[in-house]
Amino acid sequence: MGEIGQAFAIAFDLVFSLDRNLFAIVLLSLKVSLTAVIIACILGFGLGAGLASLRFPGRKAIIIMINALMGLPPVVVGLLVYLLLSRSGPFGVLSLLYTPMAMIIAQVILITPLVAALCLQSLQDLHYEYDEFFRSLNLSPSSKMKTLLWDARLSLLTVALAGFGRAISEVGAVMIVGGNINHVTRIMTTAIALETSKGTLALALALGIILITISVAINAAAMLIRSTAKRYAHA
Amino acid sequence: MLDQINEPPAGTIKNTISRCSPIVFKSVCLEIDGQLLINNINCSFDTLGKTVIIGPNGAGKSLLLRLMTGLIKPTSGSISGGVQSSQGQSEGKPSVCYSLVFQNPVLLRRSTYENIAFVLREQKCGKEELVKKTNLALKLARLEDRAQTPARSLSGGEQQRLALARALVVNPAGLLLDEPTASLDPASTFIVEEMVNKANRNGTKIIFVTHDIRQAKRMADDILFVNEGRILVHKPARAFFKDPESKKAQAYLDGRLPL
Repeated sequence: MGEIGQAFAIAFDLVFSLDRNLFAIVLLSLKVSLTAVIIACILGFGLGAGLASLRFPGRKAIIIMINALMGLPPVVVGLLVYLLLSRSGPFGVLSLLYTPMAMIIAQVILITPLVAALCLQSLQDLHYEYDEFFRSLNLSPSSKMKTLLWDARLSLLTVALAGFGRAISEVGAVMIVGGNINHVTRIMTTAIALETSKGTLALALALGIILITISVAINAAAMLIRSTAKRYAHA
Repeated sequence: MLDQINEPPAGTIKNTISRCSPIVFKSVCLEIDGQLLINNINCSFDTLGKTVIIGPNGAGKSLLLRLMTGLIKPTSGSISGGVQSSQGQSEGKPSVCYSLVFQNPVLLRRSTYENIAFVLREQKCGKEELVKKTNLALKLARLEDRAQTPARSLSGGEQQRLALARALVVNPAGLLLDEPTASLDPASTFIVEEMVNKANRNGTKIIFVTHDIRQAKRMADDILFVNEGRILVHKPARAFFKDPESKKAQAYLDGRLPL
């Protein structure tokens, strides 16, 4: 129990002493995860909207795959990206292994299926409602997709948050492809894993408290945007 | 007001026949899950006037409208006219020949104004024209002061008026309405009927499904009585109400079950 109290003290100390190392780690964590979420949303929203509004052979198979991939184990993704980016791998020449870019790639692979599946879920219900209206207007597939995405924009914000939550809290994949190199690829979760393995549990927990606080703050901000937008968005 | 909205684009003749061919059903059957819902329908609809379709629940009235607009395909037989033959489709751009208004209005999660503007934008309408037409349509539906209200927070009557204004704003050759006033109060029903009548006077063919016999009397030029997937009677309204010719139609008019 002593460690928990100590952890809070260290966490306050770290934050209020404006620890430069801590800020670098937090900043990199946010940079990697936010970039990954943006890319995953571009891919996942497109995929989700396409699957919701178009009917083509193989659609069901793709939906099953996406749903299955939602539960991808991060370490396996990390290992896969590691193999692809390692010197002897197909993308070895790009020298991306142990860089933040490698971490972004791993997180994109990890969260795109989640974003696509949740997006599909929101848009499917909407498409069911709009389908006859769309068809009576002879809308093109791209118009259908755009309309669905725009009209479901508030639900999609929650989808993006779910993706961000999975990205920022993930450790297995980024540890393997990033390597937890100090000042280069060390982020909140890998730092926590490192401190835990070193036995400095209070510091590890302190970092954990900061991570959770950031996560809560981002979610709260997004919810605030959502509720403000809802008033003006005619949803 | 409506004249301005329904003004055909410059260069076209203000005549529905030139914009859309009449709908003709030839031996049309529709089977869903082994049930014959539309049974060998042969019928043609002229391109002017107001046709009112009446009949009991499950008679196939809504299915007829959906077949006309191509929303569902017949199991056998053929339907010519309607949205399939619309001009502009061959050029690959969307074109609305027959607009459809549903019983429960399908409104986008946007403002009242944006719901109308959306349809015009899809028709590749110019910016200035879009603003002008949208405002006129709002005026026609008596929704000017609700322009910025979220469409889905409008009252039932306002929602249906918006759906109707949106259907009319593209200047369709025909307007198909599926029980548009089923859940509306008399005042809203009056506005809807007034909008429909104005559109018709301006050359838009009306096909109106209703359960309300008094409404059918008010609106119809000709009546189509449908029962169990078949057209039992199709004749001018006055003649129909004088002598429906069919026992089932007479029973329906008398408020008895058409057994």
